[in-house]
Amino acid sequence: MKNLVETIARALVDYPDSVRVEEQQQENTLVLTLSVDENDMGKVIGKQGRIAHAIRSVLYASATHQNKRVRLDIVE
Amino acid sequence: MKTVKVSGKTIEEAVREAIVKLNVDSEKEITYDVMEEPSKGFLGLIGTKPAVIEASIKIDPIEESVKFLRQVIQEMQVDAEVEVIKRGKETELSLSGENLGVLIGKRGKTLDSLQYLTNLVANRHSNQYSRIVLDAENYRERRRIALEELAERLANKAMRTREKVVLEPMNARERKIIHSALQANENIETHSDGSEPYRHIVITPLKTNYCS
Repeated sequence: MKNLVETIARALVDYPDSVRVEEQQQENTLVLTLSVDENDMGKVIGKQGRIAHAIRSVLYASATHQNKRVRLDIVE
Repeated sequence: MKTVKVSGKTIEEAVREAIVKLNVDSEKEITYDVMEEPSKGFLGLIGTKPAVIEASIKIDPIEESVKFLRQVIQEMQVDAEVEVIKRGKETELSLSGENLGVLIGKRGKTLDSLQYLTNLVANRHSNQYSRIVLDAENYRERRRIALEELAERLANKAMRTREKVVLEPMNARERKIIHSALQANENIETHSDGSEPYRHIVITPLKTNYCS
């Protein structure tokens, strides 16, 4: 899951080396925290959060497939 | 993106130098901008200036997007093949394999998200827009048929009840399928209402038919 978010984010940004994803298990939910270079925030969020929404859809589909619960936070 | 700045007596010489530096096989694989035109100067003695170019490896948008898609699918732990079908300006990436339902999602939500992300990756570096359509197990065609049947059914309902029928929100492509399917029907009128992502179709029966 962590790798999935990293792969997608790296392919979208200008500074792939600054992409970080941290994982934290909170009860039965895996919380992923994605951080990118401040200049790349728009590249992972998009107009009206359209890109963030698409990343989450793909991530949730993958999580459901593996019977897991996951959440994605995007921070600067 | 890796860029090198090279110089040579002529532009051709600089290009050859760039091919070596970028470690590629031919000129086709690179793009370059001429920074400074060469000048032979006076009798090749005074004021000679070398050609300076800035070159980088050409990125093929389709190749990039296929690579991206394969990697994402693999990390979603789905076993699927990606086939590239070129149709003029549009390129279809067709998925085949097992468990494709995971990649399609409810009403194609996952497939649409993957398609959106793949298009972003494809058009990141190129000036020319390439449109990519993602399909799995012929989902797009099956969905079109299902939508056309739905349109027909709801148009009949609108005519029978003489009341407006409000459809659930759909994206632009799906709304277009419904509008087109009912365009020829003179007993009803279709229009879209609301704003994205909640934009939806409303089918209205036409009054002229009330007394007939």
